[in-house]
Amino acid sequence: MPGINYFYPEFEVVRNDARCIRCQVCARQCANEVHSYDPERDLMLSDESKCVNCQRCVSLCPTRALKIVKSDCRLRENANWEGDTIREVYKQALSGGVLLSSMGNPKNYPVYWDKILINASQVTNPSIDPLREPMETRVFLGKKPEKLERDENGNLKCELTPQLELSMPVMFSAMSYGSISYNAHESLARASKELGIYYNTGEGGLHEDFYVYGPNTIVQVASGRFGVHRDYMEAGAAVEIKMGQGAKPGIGGHLPGTKVGPDVSRTRMIPEGSDAISPAPHHDIYSIEDLRQLVYSIKEATGHKKPVIVKVAAVHNIAAIASGIARSGADIIAIDGFRGGTGAAPTRIRDSVGIPIELALAAVDQRLRDEGIRGNVSLVVGGSIRSSADVVKAIALGADACYIATAALLALGCHLCRTCQTGNCNWGIATQKPELVKRLNPDLGYKRLVNLMTAWNHEIKELMGGMGINSMALRGNRLMLRGVGLTDAELRILGISHAGE
Amino acid sequence: MSMLEGRIRIPSGCAISAVISREGRRMTGEKIIESMRPMHERSNGLGGGFAGYGIYPEYKDLFALHIFYDGELCRAACEAYLRDHLEIVKGEIIPTRKIPNITDEPLIWRYFVTPLRSVLASRQLDENEFLARIVMHINTHLQGTYVFSSGKNMGVFKAVGFPEDVGAFYRLEEYEAYCWTAHGRYPTNTPGWWGGAHPFALLDRTIVHNGEISSYDANRRYIEMFGYKCTLQTDTEVITYIADFLQRKQGLSLTELASVIAAPFWSTIKRKPTEEERLNLSFLRKVYPSLLITGPFSIILGFEGGLMALNDRLKLRSMVVGEKDDLTFIASEEAAIRAMEPEAENIWSPAGGEPVIVTVKEGCY
Ligand code: SF4
Ligand code: SF4
Repeated sequence: MPGINYFYPEFEVVRNDARCIRCQVCARQCANEVHSYDPERDLMLSDESKCVNCQRCVSLCPTRALKIVKSDCRLRENANWEGDTIREVYKQALSGGVLLSSMGNPKNYPVYWDKILINASQVTNPSIDPLREPMETRVFLGKKPEKLERDENGNLKCELTPQLELSMPVMFSAMSYGSISYNAHESLARASKELGIYYNTGEGGLHEDFYVYGPNTIVQVASGRFGVHRDYMEAGAAVEIKMGQGAKPGIGGHLPGTKVGPDVSRTRMIPEGSDAISPAPHHDIYSIEDLRQLVYSIKEATGHKKPVIVKVAAVHNIAAIASGIARSGADIIAIDGFRGGTGAAPTRIRDSVGIPIELALAAVDQRLRDEGIRGNVSLVVGGSIRSSADVVKAIALGADACYIATAALLALGCHLCRTCQTGNCNWGIATQKPELVKRLNPDLGYKRLVNLMTAWNHEIKELMGGMGINSMALRGNRLMLRGVGLTDAELRILGISHAGE
Repeated sequence: MSMLEGRIRIPSGCAISAVISREGRRMTGEKIIESMRPMHERSNGLGGGFAGYGIYPEYKDLFALHIFYDGELCRAACEAYLRDHLEIVKGEIIPTRKIPNITDEPLIWRYFVTPLRSVLASRQLDENEFLARIVMHINTHLQGTYVFSSGKNMGVFKAVGFPEDVGAFYRLEEYEAYCWTAHGRYPTNTPGWWGGAHPFALLDRTIVHNGEISSYDANRRYIEMFGYKCTLQTDTEVITYIADFLQRKQGLSLTELASVIAAPFWSTIKRKPTEEERLNLSFLRKVYPSLLITGPFSIILGFEGGLMALNDRLKLRSMVVGEKDDLTFIASEEAAIRAMEPEAENIWSPAGGEPVIVTVKEGCY
């Protein structure tokens, strides 16, 4: 059936020939081999069918001769059968396979953060100027005691179960070594150390070079148990059990074999070149009691010195699930919303499973309070926290801290081309190819992460100061939030009033 | 109706004052009423009130309930409920005098009660907890009924009006207390309801408060986990519950209470001289981040045998302290102290977050 598998490329490479000096930077920079030089005709050529619009060539072209535009050659418009939908049908008719994607759900679902507005003080109480007054963003994550105790002399017993201390309520979320590069990991680790926060190894183990950053590392234990061993568990400041991920609730992690080189293979403890596909469930956790056992086994194995985090995807029944986890001995619950990123996930799952983090967070925080067990656990939320304003809204809804990943990768140069699964990341992030990895300079990368977080922290303080709040007593202060354009059901779940009320 | 206190949140500016005799000498209410006159500008006639300690010596082992009723039917229903749980030793109308500025008064009753032993035993509660639950039940479930004072040998008197008028209305010159606190309110909205005036009380703890706390909802949502119900949406109510929770239920001392609700900054904690202090302060901050009260406030917490005055940690509201002989005075302005005692000495302004604790000599109250 001639032609049926042909699609006109999604993007077009537009080269301004008057500006192009034939330096061939684009050809060298594009790992997808879009650009080439034809010496006979002294012409730069492009095979745009391979272009993923990562903007690498555009950014590095010294004469600004390049731009990538969306192709206007498209199928007849149809609001129901959109071009992408039709294309996916063709692809599957050809391959018989599951569609794979990466990064967060790009579909047009409501972003509740953008429908929530923050309060500020006027007249009846003063705002606080963070440039002139102390403003505290420090938080401690972990279980708080229900009842205080005193010793025989009447002094308070000040022992707490292990806590994580954060200089600001943001941490770098799980991204495995394998899905992202050595240099990306190094940048995250060094930035965490400098900032006084934590990064998360993800499920791919911890490279031996990064054990020194242990005090700022959260080590993850996922269903595949890749790279999990005694030293690994002991290296981190906390252990996270990954039950699920917002981008792909219900299935396990997925690392294509092309990304499993010698270093990754050693760190993960799997053969080189093999796909690392984690089982959907943990095979030792089929119910909440089993989770409790794993939580306590990990606590035993680490001498009760480290908080245990249980990470789950935001799904329909999340409030009840979180309440179960809060009673399972976990110190921290991390909830990942359905817009959370991924290095690779089945498209259908990424785009249609799970619920928005805003609603999940509001429901969980309220449920834990209704049951009087909010103090048992801290809540960390992720799954598309894009700015300091999102952080402030999340805290006011009830989160103790936020996890960010996509924003961190953007700081490292990611241009959200959403093709991490190919392993050809031109920005040296989602790749294991040495020539690409070296494009990300960790000395500069870590600095950019520090800058981003420092900027956010300033903004968080300004927003807090405006509200007249100077500590993380902001947590759960929903009176500081108002909704715009939300339905009664949405407002009820978020536990906020509509603007003007 | 929709504007009633409790349906909406009403920010207020305010005046507060207090006087206490460290010797337990009892004073009539005249002095404290005087203190509110120079601070007239700080109120707008929409709420005033007083708390007196040591005023019911003849019933000092009984809980004194002061209750507002919207009508006789409410009273009948509430008294039936009270009789099921408490022995009512005495019930009477609180004597008042007609004042042109004070109108629309509800029925105002007081009862001297003690828990029925049998009920107490079957609930397995101590009498304070039992009483607190009864008060909480009445205030959330019995329509048109509001318990505004519930301690032993103490009482709250409050109304919609200027504090001076409220004092005259309740004939406070006829009561003698070793400690008085007072409040004048400047709400930005018409509360229209007497229960919304201050002091706010639970058991023997009363709070008068000046300020608007910006951490209100975080504090409220936290404290409501422990059986408290914030029906009034006022700062004072939530602060009272926090004090009750931390002191009565968690056994914190006054100083510890102060270092939770007006916690020192981390940088201040770091500079504390002893390891023990650093440990204690950071422990309390880690355990109760949600009970830190931010935003401007000055409060006077009254309790059996003493009081504590406290400013927010940035000191965003004025508060001064003065002394004369066995008396300690506290007020939003020095003028108020001078009105009570022109010769007052040692006038000073406590720093933000620094509690001023005054207690009556053991055995003298
Ligand atoms: S894939 Fe990236 S580098 Fe290659 S042509 Fe497209 S935009 Fe340029
Ligand atoms: S990490 Fe690299 S491959 Fe993935 S979206 Fe970003 S730029 Fe593209």
